[in-house]
Amino acid sequence: MGTTAPAAASVRGSSGRVGDVIFEWMCRGAGILVLLLLGGIIITLFVGGLPALRQFGISFIWSTEWDPVEGREEFGGGIAILGTIVASLLAIIMAVPLAFGVAFFLTELAPGWLKRPVGTAIELLAAIPSIIYGMWGLFVIVPIIQGYIQLGWIGEALAEIPGIGFLFASNSFTGTSLFAAALVLAIMILPFIAATMRDVFDQVPAVFKESAYGLGATRWEVVRNVVLPYTRTSVVGGIMLGLGRALGETMAVTFVIGNANRIAVSIFDPTTTIASVVAMEFPESLTGSLQQSSLLLLGFLLFVISFVVLAISRYLLRSKLKS
Amino acid sequence: MNRRSLLFASGAVVLARPALAQAVTVTGAGASFPRPIYERWGQAAREGASISLNYQSIGSGGGINQITNRTVDFGASDAPLPTAQLTERNLLQFPTVMGSIVLIVNIPGVADNALKLTPEVIADLFLGRITRWNDARIVELNTGLRLPNLPVSPAYRADASGTTFVFTTYLSRISDTWKTGPGAGTSIRWPAGNGARGNEGVSNTVRNTPGAIGYTENAYATVNRLVTTQIRNKSGAFVAPVMAAFQAAADVADWSVPGFAADLIDLSGATVWPIVSPTFILLPTNPTADKVAGSLGTMRFFDWCFKNGATAATQLEYMPLPSALHDRIRAAWGAQVKNPAGQAIWTA
Repeated sequence: MGTTAPAAASVRGSSGRVGDVIFEWMCRGAGILVLLLLGGIIITLFVGGLPALRQFGISFIWSTEWDPVEGREEFGGGIAILGTIVASLLAIIMAVPLAFGVAFFLTELAPGWLKRPVGTAIELLAAIPSIIYGMWGLFVIVPIIQGYIQLGWIGEALAEIPGIGFLFASNSFTGTSLFAAALVLAIMILPFIAATMRDVFDQVPAVFKESAYGLGATRWEVVRNVVLPYTRTSVVGGIMLGLGRALGETMAVTFVIGNANRIAVSIFDPTTTIASVVAMEFPESLTGSLQQSSLLLLGFLLFVISFVVLAISRYLLRSKLKS
Repeated sequence: MNRRSLLFASGAVVLARPALAQAVTVTGAGASFPRPIYERWGQAAREGASISLNYQSIGSGGGINQITNRTVDFGASDAPLPTAQLTERNLLQFPTVMGSIVLIVNIPGVADNALKLTPEVIADLFLGRITRWNDARIVELNTGLRLPNLPVSPAYRADASGTTFVFTTYLSRISDTWKTGPGAGTSIRWPAGNGARGNEGVSNTVRNTPGAIGYTENAYATVNRLVTTQIRNKSGAFVAPVMAAFQAAADVADWSVPGFAADLIDLSGATVWPIVSPTFILLPTNPTADKVAGSLGTMRFFDWCFKNGATAATQLEYMPLPSALHDRIRAAWGAQVKNPAGQAIWTA
């Protein structure tokens, strides 16, 4: 781009050049503005969280204390951080196979007339506001989890498995749980992962696939041995994109996770995430209080976690997005 | 948040100025618990008193922050501020209405107000120490009821709220274990159960979960026809959550404490409901020249509400204050709220 623009401008004369310069600086300004905003948010969060960091030190990251009662304030982000990561990872575990199925279907199996409607429907999932997912999760998914999964034969059978049964046995019977949050998150991030996978699957040169088909490979063998190896890093990048989205999701998670500052031993136990703690407690925290500072520090940590995940995703997607 | 509200508030003042002759705009922010009644009063006062109310229910903590920064005309808080803080922030505090908190349960076969609970049992239910509904201590209190062998699922407000503050203050009052354990606050460390967002979240959790017990504002329980319980009060009598029981608490309360911060929790009296609480307004005692109109507007608004708003309050399941208290609040306005020249703003 950069090399062709000056040539075109010289043909059109000086007024065009002035326009180009203005346009260039406007674009550059927009880019710099985003950087400044991002930096500003990081700095604000960090400065706001500094009193809490001073008070509790680095152990804030793994401390499980969270006591906002006046006179004995004690804060630690351990449970929220763990809850955030575990809920997001569980969501990824549930969403990836489904997203792969969707992408595989859309690129390899679906007849032409079906590709567009199904693809659009998947993308529309991304357009649903998260509060809708939250309400739907609370009113539909949670009772189903409670009645048919946790207290149904599936949950009972899983809880009987020796060794890992405790992961599925819980004293909490409300249905709002780590599992509910992960399930809702999985549906929310599905379109992001599925869309990325479909796009990169489509980029596999047709000649590769045709050669494999020519050798007598089945559809599954083509995807397994040609498409997946060719797109591996991009697929992982797409998954990280979904993970990044899951980490920061607030409203939908808050509705269904149970919001308890306790470590979830079982997937049916309530726990909490960084975003939902902040959303729940920020409005009632007094300016300058240790609680508000701890919430800002949690926000900063969430920023760092999401930033790392997204950076990895950009790095992995880099080569494919460039081409 | 602060900065945006500042813009918003200053915008409201600018907009209000041309129309000052006809209608005053009063901006307030704070507690969500009294929001329905403030909105109802606001609608009525627009026609009745030419005062237009802009109330943002951002939470009590937010209300205190906003009024301390003077970005609004008044703040609203469910928990009273200590006298020292009122002095430090130059605020006058007065109550507007009272509300009550009730327990809601979902136990198959148990009808509304049939279940009797003592304070000790309530504390142990929320502490996670009583884990089954057919626990001997509950059965003993409810000899006529068939209580199923169901696990107890406590449900609490996950969002920091005045409702939680009042309820946990009650629990701290009646149980030493609670006082030294979880304690009282707008959000606390709950030893057991699930947190849900808002009154609607708690009531939804209770409705969906057999064996659940939660707490909610009475207005919410009544409107949604939730199953409530009786509680044994300080005088040893079991009372059902009805208007007469709430009003009985208001009648025996001592309002002569500084900042009108009357304590209506766990009062003595045979018919008194033990979990009742007023909600408060915070008004600057030293409004700057550009805020004098808003300050007067706030006082005129609540004066109008005290005179005309009782019916609306009762309809929404709030309790109006005793009228003797209204007069004392007006006297406090006259004595404490001064304009920059040092004159009383409220002269009526």
